[in-house]
This record gives sequence, C-alpha cells and structure tokens, in this order.
Amino acid sequence: MLETIWFALWGILWAVYFTLDGFDLGIGTLAPFVVKNETDRRGIYNSMGPFWNGNEVWLITAGGVTFAAFPKTYAVMFSSLYSALLLILFCLIVRGVAMEFRSRFSSGGWKKFWDLMLWIGNFGPALLFGVAFANLFKGILIDKSGIYQGTLFSLLNPYGLMGGVLFVLIFAVHGALWLALQSSGDLKERAERLAGKLWFALAVVAVLFLVATYPATGLYTNYLRAPVLLLIPLAAVVALLGTFFFIRGAQWLKAWVSSAVFIVTVTLFGVTGMYPNLLISSIDPAFSLNAFNSSSSPLTLKIMLAVALIFVPIVIIYQIWVFRLFWKKPESVNTVG
Amino acid sequence: MDVLMLSRLQFAAATFFHFLFVPLTLGLSVLLALMETAYVRTGNEEYRNMARFWGKIFLINFAIGVVTGITLEFQFGTNWSRYSEYVGDIFGSLLAIEATVAFFLESTFIAVWAFGWKRLSPKAHAVTIWLVALASNLSAVWILIANSWMQHPVGFVIRNGRAELDSLTAIVTQPFAWHTIVHTISAGYILSGFFVMGISAWHLLKKNEVSFFKKSFRLAVSFALIFSIVEVVQGHMHGGEVAKLQPTKFAAMESVWQTTKSAPQYLVVIPDPDHERNLVEFGAIPGALSMLAFHDFSAEVKGLKDFAPSERPPVTISTVSFRVMITLAFFFLITAIIGWLKRDTIEERPALLKLFLFSIPLPYIASEFGWMLAEIGRQPWVVYGVMKTANAVSPIAASQVAVSLVAFVLVYTFLGLVAYYLIWSQAKKGPASETALTESGDEEVGYA
Repeated sequence: MLETIWFALWGILWAVYFTLDGFDLGIGTLAPFVVKNETDRRGIYNSMGPFWNGNEVWLITAGGVTFAAFPKTYAVMFSSLYSALLLILFCLIVRGVAMEFRSRFSSGGWKKFWDLMLWIGNFGPALLFGVAFANLFKGILIDKSGIYQGTLFSLLNPYGLMGGVLFVLIFAVHGALWLALQSSGDLKERAERLAGKLWFALAVVAVLFLVATYPATGLYTNYLRAPVLLLIPLAAVVALLGTFFFIRGAQWLKAWVSSAVFIVTVTLFGVTGMYPNLLISSIDPAFSLNAFNSSSSPLTLKIMLAVALIFVPIVIIYQIWVFRLFWKKPESVNTVG
Repeated sequence: MDVLMLSRLQFAAATFFHFLFVPLTLGLSVLLALMETAYVRTGNEEYRNMARFWGKIFLINFAIGVVTGITLEFQFGTNWSRYSEYVGDIFGSLLAIEATVAFFLESTFIAVWAFGWKRLSPKAHAVTIWLVALASNLSAVWILIANSWMQHPVGFVIRNGRAELDSLTAIVTQPFAWHTIVHTISAGYILSGFFVMGISAWHLLKKNEVSFFKKSFRLAVSFALIFSIVEVVQGHMHGGEVAKLQPTKFAAMESVWQTTKSAPQYLVVIPDPDHERNLVEFGAIPGALSMLAFHDFSAEVKGLKDFAPSERPPVTISTVSFRVMITLAFFFLITAIIGWLKRDTIEERPALLKLFLFSIPLPYIASEFGWMLAEIGRQPWVVYGVMKTANAVSPIAASQVAVSLVAFVLVYTFLGLVAYYLIWSQAKKGPASETALTESGDEEVGYA
C-alpha cells in the first residue's frame, strides 16, 4: 500500500513539474520565433523571471523522491540514462545562468549569446524529457543485474523521438499560452497566434503518439484490465479540446489551465499504464524494477510520507501566493476596439 | 583511467565548484537580512541601499550555486549507483527532505525578494530575505546531516542486502553532524564577512562612499569576528570527534605513523608515505596532540601503521589540507580582532584595508581545503566503515564519464570566469547605481 501511495506521489510530482516548468521550457523554445526587438526579449525573460527557479525545484524533488522512495530505481535509471540525463543537466545549468545573467551584460553580443543559451537550455530538456519518458514507457535495455546494455543512441528510436516531438509541442503550446497571459503588445499577439497554430500540430502528434503507444508499449494492459482508468486519457482528450476551444475564444487563462490539465493527465496516463513498474526492462519483463522490488524500507516510506504530507501543501500555498503576487496586472485599457 | 577515478574526479570537480558559491550564500543572506532589518527599524535609506547593492552580488553568486547544486543531487544516481542503491533508504531520504523543506523555500522566495521591492511593504520584503537566509542555512543543515552520516554512520541496520533506516532521530541528532553543521556554516559566515570587508576596503581605499562602506565593514567585521571565535573553539572540539570516530583520518591529518601514548604535536611535519614515516618533524610540543585530541596528555593516538595500507587515506594531502585550514583559521581570528578594534577609524588605515582586500580569497581556500580533508580523509570509505568507495561506483563505461568530466571542466570554468567577472564589476560600481535606481522608480533588481 505504502509503495502504491509513493508510486502515485512519484507520478504526481512529475506531472506538477511538467506543468509548472513546462511553460518555461516552452517559452524558451519559442523565444527565437516570437521576438522582434529588445523589448520583446525582455518580455520573454520577465514572463518567467519570478517563477522558473521555484518551478525547477519540482524536478529536484521528483529526483529526490525517486532516490528516497525507490533507491534501486533511482540508481539503475540514472546510471542507465547517464548521457541523456547529463545533457539535461547541462541544459538546465545554462538556462538558469542565462535567466540570471543576461540582463547584467550591456553588450549585444553577450545578450545574443545568452539568448542562444536560453533556447538550448529549454529546448534541450523539453526534447530529452520526451525521449526519456517515451523510452521509459517502452522499456529500456536493462539486464538482470540492472546494467544498461544500450547507448544514448538506443534511446533515439522512432517511438522515443516521437515522444520528444510530443513533449516539445506540449510545452510550446503551454508556453505560448503563458506568454499570451504574461506579456503585452505585439509579443502577446504573436504568442496568441502561435498558440493557435501549434495546437493543430500538437493534436496530430498527440493522436499519433496515443496510437503508436499500443504496439510500442504495454501501457494499455492496465487500462484493458480496469477500463475505468480510461477516464484518464479521456480527460486528456477533453482538456486538449478545451484548450482549442478557449484559444478560439481568446480566453487565455482558461486555455492555459486546460493545457495544464492536459499535461497532468498525459503524465498520469503514462504513469498509470506503467504501474507498478518504474523502470521496464525491454530485455525481459522479469528484470523490470517496480514499486515493490525497488522501494525503500517501510519506515523510510512512512517518514517520507509524513514529510511530504506536511511540507508539500505548505509549498503549494506559498507558491500560489507568489504566482498571485507576480501575476501581470491587466493594463488599463481606455478604449476597446 | 578507470571509471572509479573518473567518477571521483568528476564529483570532486562538481563539488569543489559548487562550494565556491555556497558559503557566500549562507553568510551573505544573513548579512542582507540584517541590513534590511536595520532599514525597517531605523528608516535609514542607506541600509536599504546596502541590501540592494550587496544583494545584486548575492544574486549572481546564488544563481551559480543553485544550478550547480542540481548536478550534485543527480550524480549520486548517474555515477554512484551502487552507493545509491545500498544507502538510498537513508541518504536518499535526507536529500529529499532537503529539497522539500529547504530548496522550495529558498528558490521561491529569492525571486520574491529580487522582484518584490515595490510589490511588498519594507517589512514584508525584509521577511522574504530572512526566509531565504533560513532556507539556505536549513539546506546546509540537511546536506551536512547526510554527509555526516557518510562520515560516521549511525541509526541504521544492514538488512535485505543494504543499509536500512533504523532511527532518523539518531541520524539527525548525532553530535558529529552538529559539529559539522556549526563548523561549515561558521566557515560560510567567516567567508562572507571577509568578502564584504574586502570589497568595502577596496572602496574605502579610494575614499568612495565612505559612510556606506564603513557601515558595511562594521557589520561584516563583527560577524566575521564572532564566527572566527566560534570556528576556532568548535574546530578544536571537531578535531576531538574525528580522533574518536575516524581514527584513520585523524592519523592521516596529523601524519602519525606509530601508535603513541602522549603523542607530541609537531609545528612542521612532512610525511613520507612510501616509507611510512615523516621526512621532517620539527618543533615538537610534548603530549600536545594527545591533549588536543583527547584532553589527556598521556592518551594514546592511533598510528597509521595499525591499519592495513589499503585502509588508509592519502596522507600527504590530508596533512597539508589540515594545516592550511588551521593556519588560515587563526589568521582569520587575528585579522578579525584587529579589524574590529580599529573599526571606527578603519578608513584611515590603508595598510589594514589592503590586508582585508587581499584576504578575500583566503576563506575560499580554507573552505575548499576543509572539504578536501573531510572527503579525502574518509577514503577508502564512501561510508566510513560500511562501504568502500570502490564498491560505490556505477557499472558504466569509462568513456561516458570521461566525456562528461571534460564537459564539466569546460562549462564550469567558463561559468566561474563569467560569474566572478560579474561579481567584480558589480562590486566596483558601488552603491551610486542603487540610489539612481530607486529614485527613477525602476522597480526590479531582476531583468527590467
């Protein structure tokens, strides 16, 4: 039971991370395509400025919880995905530094350099998280003793790459919607238009991915066993359609919330399909690591559950306060139309 | 080189670099909080400008500290998977608690502080920097509890082929952990004090904004003095703990080969590990080592020869790092006392100001050597007495680690140069830019 609770919390942490940092990853990816001048560029940085650091901690916590609750999974997963993970880490390093340092350089060359770093630092993780998670759904080449038998390139299979494209598009739409909410003027308009266009690409890739998931992975087994779980992918479809509907109606906050629900349900769709597996072996299912054969002792799980139940709600409360504090105030519009 | 050596080098490089930025975060956050509190209490705008000026430097430093911290957390899994699997039940939970309790608070409120100068009342704004200071120090507490568990593991049982948690209370309350915490945090405070004093000294030498930098200096010198005293007293006790609980580390840092009763303390010692002896032993104070370690002139100090060569840490590097750290600690205490005594006329003492300016790097050196002693002195163990470092490394290809090690060195060198260039150019500007900023009504310290 404890193991199942922690499995659920593990999935939820990833979902929250993708929802919150997702808009940063998306905005960073889109930045080169929506900016025209220095004011736009500042708008990009300012739309993420007060939030990105707090968002990123959800990733650290997801990593920390994997370590604490499922140490064997943490050990095998992180060492197996060595190169991919370190690439993600280097990307996150340069994006954080770009966020904090760009404004401190007055030369245009340096600013351009940091803009490039911001793009690499957000596009890289968006793509690589997608590739990594698609491979986790599919299973990776883990042998009996938890040693990875593949390379970085074994991850770049068609299904993995499709996952990468899917994640980039999900975050791009999510980021465009955030930008539509948090910027103004031309930048806002361009972000709004881009959100609408990208939605179609996202819808196509999402459907393809959902279909390809059937032959490529065993995710649907759980759903066929307990059809009530199909409510999760159904909710994802509704949320995706809702996003479109609200984009059309120019209701940007509602569109962003729909997109957030979509990200949460897509993550939960994958995680629920994997249950109880955390790291599937594509060599032999018997080598897979799951919530039961890789978990910590019951004492650790209990203590950590208490810590999570006390502190995560507190974190959520103050992070909501911060989002409200820095929410862009609507500009005073004197005349409309 | 094999995967073990490469992984050790990579972890060393990542930790070394990370710890160039952490101590200043620990101490400067508290100094900023004190400055802002002084502003709230007195209404004197000079204090607010102090918080803003030093705060800009703080933010540059903080950014590098944060981004290099994540790689450390993930490297346990990527490079030390056997370790993670074996001790994750304990070590992993300590890291997860650190993230939940401290990282969120720190990372969320640093942004509120940086962007919130106008959105919050002065009081509320001062609260946010206190929260940042609290969180960064809390984060130090948890990671040092985790490190202390590697130095002196308690509260666990070996079960199911791994170390499992038996008592979190034992781990959190063990004296070794609290010695390490006081020791490391004090070191951060000393470093921050000397950092602020050094940069203030640079401006005072130029007679630049004398009132502003004198106020900064006076605050920093009291801070540095208090914690230099704490460090020397506590460092002595810390040494006693090491002698008791990590005899191999103690023997290596003092370069004691032969188990001796009433062991002398040598002022100068040059180890010769190949011949299991010391090349030079000079200035013996009879019985002093026994006294310092065990508060008993006749106590027995274990020698390295009592341990098989494979159980001994590298001796020369342990001895050298220990001596560098100790010498600098006394230097900090003496300079802080002099600075404190002369604090009211400091701007008229160019020689002293120069001393403080050139002292800026010294606490950095002391901190890094301190960690070298702590970590290298623990070898060949990753968890003292429980798991050898050689058994902790991931079963991965050496070529992968070689590539990432090169990448770490290149990226970190670049980031280090950029960060210190920015810190120096910010420090040189002085507070003039702050007053202009506040008057023009420009809001954010951030990106505006």
